[in-house]
Amino acid sequence: MDEKVSRKNLIKRIRNKYGRYWYRFKRNKLSIVGLGVLIALILMAILASLITPYPSNAGLYINLSQENLPPSLAHPFGTDMLGRDILTRIIFGLRYSFLLVGVVLSVTVIPGVVLGLIAGYYPKRWFSILIMRVADIFVAVPPLLLALSIASVLTPNITNAMFAVSLAWWPWYTRLVYTSTTSIRNEDFVRAAEVIGASPSHIMFSEIMPNLLGTILTKVSLDAGWVILIGAALSFVGLGAQEPTPDLGTMISEGAAYLPQVWWISIFPAIFIVIIILAFNLLGDGIKDMFSSSIR
Amino acid sequence: MSTFKFVGKSLAYSIISLIGLSVLVFVLARVLPGNPARAALGPNAPPEAVQALMQQLHLNEPLYIQYWYWISGIFTGNWGLSLYTHRNVLLDVEQFFPATLELIIMAGIIDLLLAIPLGLLAGKMENTYVDNIIRVLTYIGIAIPSFVVAIFLQLIFGYGLHLFPIIGELSPGVTPPPRITGLYVIDGLLTGEFNVVVDAIWHLILPSFSLALGPLAQEARILRSAVVENKNSDFTLSEISHGLPDSIITTKYLLKPSLIPMITIYALDISSIIANAFLIEFIFNWPGISRYGLNAMLSKDLNGIIAVVMIAGVLFVIANTLVDVIIGYLDPRSREEVSD
Repeated sequence: MDEKVSRKNLIKRIRNKYGRYWYRFKRNKLSIVGLGVLIALILMAILASLITPYPSNAGLYINLSQENLPPSLAHPFGTDMLGRDILTRIIFGLRYSFLLVGVVLSVTVIPGVVLGLIAGYYPKRWFSILIMRVADIFVAVPPLLLALSIASVLTPNITNAMFAVSLAWWPWYTRLVYTSTTSIRNEDFVRAAEVIGASPSHIMFSEIMPNLLGTILTKVSLDAGWVILIGAALSFVGLGAQEPTPDLGTMISEGAAYLPQVWWISIFPAIFIVIIILAFNLLGDGIKDMFSSSIR
Repeated sequence: MSTFKFVGKSLAYSIISLIGLSVLVFVLARVLPGNPARAALGPNAPPEAVQALMQQLHLNEPLYIQYWYWISGIFTGNWGLSLYTHRNVLLDVEQFFPATLELIIMAGIIDLLLAIPLGLLAGKMENTYVDNIIRVLTYIGIAIPSFVVAIFLQLIFGYGLHLFPIIGELSPGVTPPPRITGLYVIDGLLTGEFNVVVDAIWHLILPSFSLALGPLAQEARILRSAVVENKNSDFTLSEISHGLPDSIITTKYLLKPSLIPMITIYALDISSIIANAFLIEFIFNWPGISRYGLNAMLSKDLNGIIAVVMIAGVLFVIANTLVDVIIGYLDPRSREEVSD
């Protein structure tokens, strides 16, 4: 009986905590818009084969009798040079955009954060100096350029594009976490944990890391837009996804050859890229608000 | 004094990073499958010719010896053979770099010229409709990739309104000025050919604005929040109570401290301008080093790729150093912090 009560209390407390975060998040109406748009787009991407009017047009499909049709009721965003419905290809293209974000952020954030924690907790040791010097090398050129040059020496496809963007991305997390960890590691609560004999891994992951969560999550949500942008840039120059993959960047670059008369091939995918990046930025601002007062 | 010490230290670190970067790109480029000599000569070349070219390019030697040849070549003017233009990469760089430099400088200038007034105006008129319009514009400016901006600008101002040229550095009938710096605007001014100057600037506007839009939107937002913060600070209130005119308070006392966070971001934004130049030169068919570099990337020309990446790294270091100096001038605290 006692146990049950305390458990109920615990759930209530957690609810209150999340309720507080949600309250801070929703104070900014634009963040709600960003979140809503993202949920809608992700649902569209998942259900692409059910909701698109011409699912077969997503891949290799040629119907030259329908080529370069302007927007109409049958084809709201028109058709491309091979007669494929652009709306269908955009919705399928969303899958690749979200896949890129998911893969890049999940393979960069964790190693980047762990390396930063280690380097920040042992700031004077040789391996920490090594980690930070290597990170410095990777940030010596702009991430877009680094991703371009890595992708260029590999075979151009979507997997290698993800690899290239990930390789350009991890050091930014390492540097962020390193800076925060070095400033936290001399606080009293870290000293106290050391005095009572807590293990370094406990101190790093259970004492220091919870304090950095807000900073990291804010960066993750703001970075998602950048990852989409860099992925689109790679496909745009031909170093990312290849035809017939319906990638938004690839579609823009294919359509660019048909400007200005057949403007719809490029412009609609471009508008969708802008909407996704904008939505991620709005979400990021909301997450920043959510953590800003609880971190200080 | 300590500004110099600080700048010197960060320069030394940057040089170490650049050397590391050269090793990284070199190793990445060399460990990949595929024979650059074979790629250069084509699939039908006789094996002896491939062997001879491999000998000439030192491709048979171990990796660290290849690196030694390459890095010593960098300092003696032999930057390796471009497999794409079939000549010394240094010659290519000399030919194509000025056009890119001109574009980046123009973008940097447009960036500051628009970001400062927009940010200042939004901050001064906080929560009015002016602030809201600027906020919406900056949100969109940040979210639009520069290559999308470029396509929109080409469609609207090039194809639609015929106000600006769509591609190239100069109009077809205009002869480039005698080459002094390679920057058409400066060469035109030096030789007094003002029609060339006007034509060159006219061609620069769309590509450099495409590069500047994202950075300027971000900077305007940062400047706005700094202005809002400093507007209510004690030093501003004391100036108001002393009866100083608003224009002097704004330009002299409010702007200077508010610029510090913006200028810090400016260094990163210059780096994004350098990177995005690769796409913008491609779209506007701009005869610069970035378009050359992109072609090198697409044809797997390793010497060209390494040269372009290293140049971008050096430009980034220069931008960072300049920003450190400017911040040292704007913020007396940064000088004190370093000294102890």
